Amino acid sequence: MVEVTLWGSLAALVDGQKQIEVDAKDIRELFRKLAERYPALRGPIENDIAVSVDGVIYRDSWSKELPEDAEIFLMRRLVGG
Amino acid sequence: MSGIAVSTTINGDEVEYLCQAEETLLDVLRDRLGLTGAKEGCGTGDCGACSVILDGRLVCSCLVLGAEAQGARVETIEGMAQGDTLHPLQTKFLEHAALQCGVCTPGFLMAAKALLDANPDPTEEEIRFGLAGNLCRCTGYDKIVRAVQDAAREMNGG
Amino acid sequence: MSFDATYHDQIYKSVGTRPVRPDGVDKVTGRARYGADFNMPGQLVGRILRSPHAHARIVSIDTARAEALKGVKAVVTAADLPDLSDGDQSHYDLLDNCMARTKAFYDGHAVAAVAAIDAQTARKALKLIEVDYEVLPHVVDVDEAVQPSAPVLHDTIFTGGVEPKPTTPSNVAARAEFGHGDVDAGFEDADFIVERSFKTEQTHQGYIEPHACVASVNPDGTAELWVCTQGHFVYRQKCAELLGMDVSKLRVTSSEIGGGFGGKTHVWMEPVALALSRKAGRPVKLVMSRDEVFRASGPTSATSVDVKIGARQDGRITAASAELRYSCGPYADIWAELGAMTSFACYDLENVNTVGYEVLVNRPKTAAYRAPSAPMAAFAVESAIDELAQKLGIDPVAFRIKNAAREGTRSSYGPVYGPIGIGPTLEAAQTHAHMQAPLGPNQGRGMACGFWFNFGGQTCTDLNVNSDGTVTLAVGTVDVGGARASLSLVAAEELGIPYETVKTVVADTATLGYNDMTDGSRGTFSSSMATISSARNAIEVMRNRAALMWDISIEDVVWEDGQAKAIGSTHDNLAPLSIKEIAEASGKTGGPIAGHSEMVADGAGVSFATHICDVEVDPETGGTKILRYTVIQDAGKAVHPDYVEGQYQGGAAQGIGWALNEEYVYGQDGRLQNPGFLDYRIPVCSDLPMIDTQILEIPNPNHPYGVRGVGETSIVPPLAAIANAVSNAVGVRMTHIPMSPPRILAALDAQPTA
Ligand code: FES
Ligand code: FES
Repeated sequence: MVEVTLWGSLAALVDGQKQIEVDAKDIRELFRKLAERYPALRGPIENDIAVSVDGVIYRDSWSKELPEDAEIFLMRRLVGG
Repeated sequence: MSGIAVSTTINGDEVEYLCQAEETLLDVLRDRLGLTGAKEGCGTGDCGACSVILDGRLVCSCLVLGAEAQGARVETIEGMAQGDTLHPLQTKFLEHAALQCGVCTPGFLMAAKALLDANPDPTEEEIRFGLAGNLCRCTGYDKIVRAVQDAAREMNGG
Repeated sequence: MSFDATYHDQIYKSVGTRPVRPDGVDKVTGRARYGADFNMPGQLVGRILRSPHAHARIVSIDTARAEALKGVKAVVTAADLPDLSDGDQSHYDLLDNCMARTKAFYDGHAVAAVAAIDAQTARKALKLIEVDYEVLPHVVDVDEAVQPSAPVLHDTIFTGGVEPKPTTPSNVAARAEFGHGDVDAGFEDADFIVERSFKTEQTHQGYIEPHACVASVNPDGTAELWVCTQGHFVYRQKCAELLGMDVSKLRVTSSEIGGGFGGKTHVWMEPVALALSRKAGRPVKLVMSRDEVFRASGPTSATSVDVKIGARQDGRITAASAELRYSCGPYADIWAELGAMTSFACYDLENVNTVGYEVLVNRPKTAAYRAPSAPMAAFAVESAIDELAQKLGIDPVAFRIKNAAREGTRSSYGPVYGPIGIGPTLEAAQTHAHMQAPLGPNQGRGMACGFWFNFGGQTCTDLNVNSDGTVTLAVGTVDVGGARASLSLVAAEELGIPYETVKTVVADTATLGYNDMTDGSRGTFSSSMATISSARNAIEVMRNRAALMWDISIEDVVWEDGQAKAIGSTHDNLAPLSIKEIAEASGKTGGPIAGHSEMVADGAGVSFATHICDVEVDPETGGTKILRYTVIQDAGKAVHPDYVEGQYQGGAAQGIGWALNEEYVYGQDGRLQNPGFLDYRIPVCSDLPMIDTQILEIPNPNHPYGVRGVGETSIVPPLAAIANAVSNAVGVRMTHIPMSPPRILAALDAQPTA
């Protein structure tokens, strides 16, 4: 079980909840379960989301493992110049 | 379609071309003669990317008509190196990393050459004002000024 | 093979040196080919017709007369770019921005395009296209657009991120909130509070090379696109999606790029060029004029920000909050969200709250501009921090050091920081000689900090060892400012061979796997990671080949100093095999030698900078002169220090232009009044002093050499650093960027006379 914080404009897509518990061992599983539970997240998960795991931002790494006590944030995918 | 017949000298070579009355020298160089070293950054004389030397004078080739080159001597970036020997300005631009994207570089090199031709030992301020007609958005000009200073030093035998 | 990306301290031979770049000679001799320097046989000239109205319904478009003109080979409108979005809003918005479908949303919005045999004919044809517009009321100002009385751009947009869901459409597309703690309690606790509103005007990236491409669609549906872009793989993807093409049938080659800074991360006219070519059956060259670049490519947001910061007498910040409104142009995006994330990222705050509002206005679609959204937020926050330090009677650098984020701090945008460089950049500023230099009358000094995330992303590289032992490295991240030199250094370092024997090229989309674009300061960070991985893979192959040549076990072969060496007492009579010897024999030992790498290069380290600036303000004219400027920034590891310094200096210069001069000026009619370099004035050589740089190297733990991105952070502090300097020089707090002479004079006039 990991605790995920939904950040910024994403919180609105999960009924305004900021923290949700998900039983996931890696980013792939996290995405799958979130998409099942919150259909509104499906679009963003497809191409618009980044995951911060203990302060490091991952954009496309499904295989990144999520340790039990990791601090996980879901945020909109960043853009740069 | 008829055009204006122009004979001119470009980088020491005699060149003849036909151009339309409204065509700029920049259009002629780039589109008719394949000399794409001069760039079009604005087309209105504000960026200097199209700089060439016309009869010893630095000009924005986007503000000169192709027909005006009749009988003139045109120097472009393509003629700056002598064979495979780079001009000291070219070498110093490379050594000082005075270019990032490099699109402004041909214009700066022409402007710097015109500057040093007229004033072989310029102060920093003279360099800054001498190059003020050329825009560079990448470098903040610091390394460009240093490259020109160093080239001047070297060309003066220092 | 699994790749270990963790940082290991080491002594470098190549990395950190300053050799001449591999693409340099082409660029000083005029041979390098940029977007507009390429031509194809039978090529047509494309031109785009643009809306003269800020907001108008397109009632009808009649192209018949243009089509009938001799020499015109194709005319396209939105009808030639069918809507394939299938409910994907961002796809639809991109398509609509390339060619207006039902409404023109800004002055310069494309409504039709032609391809003709020459420029003259194309220009004539544009005049023959008849567009019937129903002009609608418009709004260009970010504060006016949020008013209930403002004309609404889209009656389908209801503010997202608020409960309950609104029932009336709005120009506020979304709201996003960040933070932690209890700001109300924090402000209760404060002895001093600064609360102020700030505005910044819209600026353009101002790259010197206008957008340019050549598109060629064949009758069999295959196509080629030559284009100046920050990401040719991304352009391929987007163009294929928008036009309904197979990705594999579209081959995109990136030209040399004459600056991008975020502005060449979106497709603008490339899909139109492809549509024209598809219809005409011939290659089409489309080049924007400077006027079009300003009116119709993506500038940054105009912003309006309210900041409140409180601190105790002892100098500790107790609470901070900000409300940020960012213009997006006509399409919703995440610009305010990024501003809300970055605003307080430099500080260690117990109580912090930021709220961003995405505001739609009748201006061109906002695009990323170097550390997008961060400079404006930093302007507001760093100005307020300075004012608070003054109120407290504490030195502004010491105040920042006391409150700076450090390893373990919970950032204002959520995650907890690893090792970071904000403290060290501030300490370096504190002891920098610049800080002690004397100031004259009408002069002022200011400083400010800045933050940018940096990110990695999908990356692919190929490293080929040629038969003579030289190396060709193919990368898929566009080189915007010296990356080929840096990546050659990295390959040389890892292989243990001289820099001169490595040649790095940018491969096209048909010859290398997918790469994300060069944005987010990721180019060198991620491609260097993939290059290291490629080189390590090639070394494995070469150890194998050496073992074969010696007929010993691979376990007994090590790679050192660019050579295979046999170890163990039984082999110490074997002379090392050089990369050249191994390569020469490769035909007999198993064929070509190469190392590939495909990865998601994640783990980019956040980066921080502190800038110091001295100005002199002329009280008569309101003109400001930059006297001295110093950039201190953490690079993680500077691979090629010249280009790292170049990034620092270039970002600072862009920030200086933004702070003092640059702005989009709209008339009452909603039309852009200064779409040219004469009236939109970017800094020239005589406006600036030398820009001093100090590179700090606090290794990024997630990169083998500790590299962080360096390209963007340098534009974050200047607006605030210069505003603080000007405020200190004239004794009035400047709250509106750019601080052009009229604004400075107005601020001076508004002062009560002493
Ligand atoms: S193109 Fe001639 S000055 Fe800009
Ligand atoms: S190096 Fe890019 S504009 Fe000068």
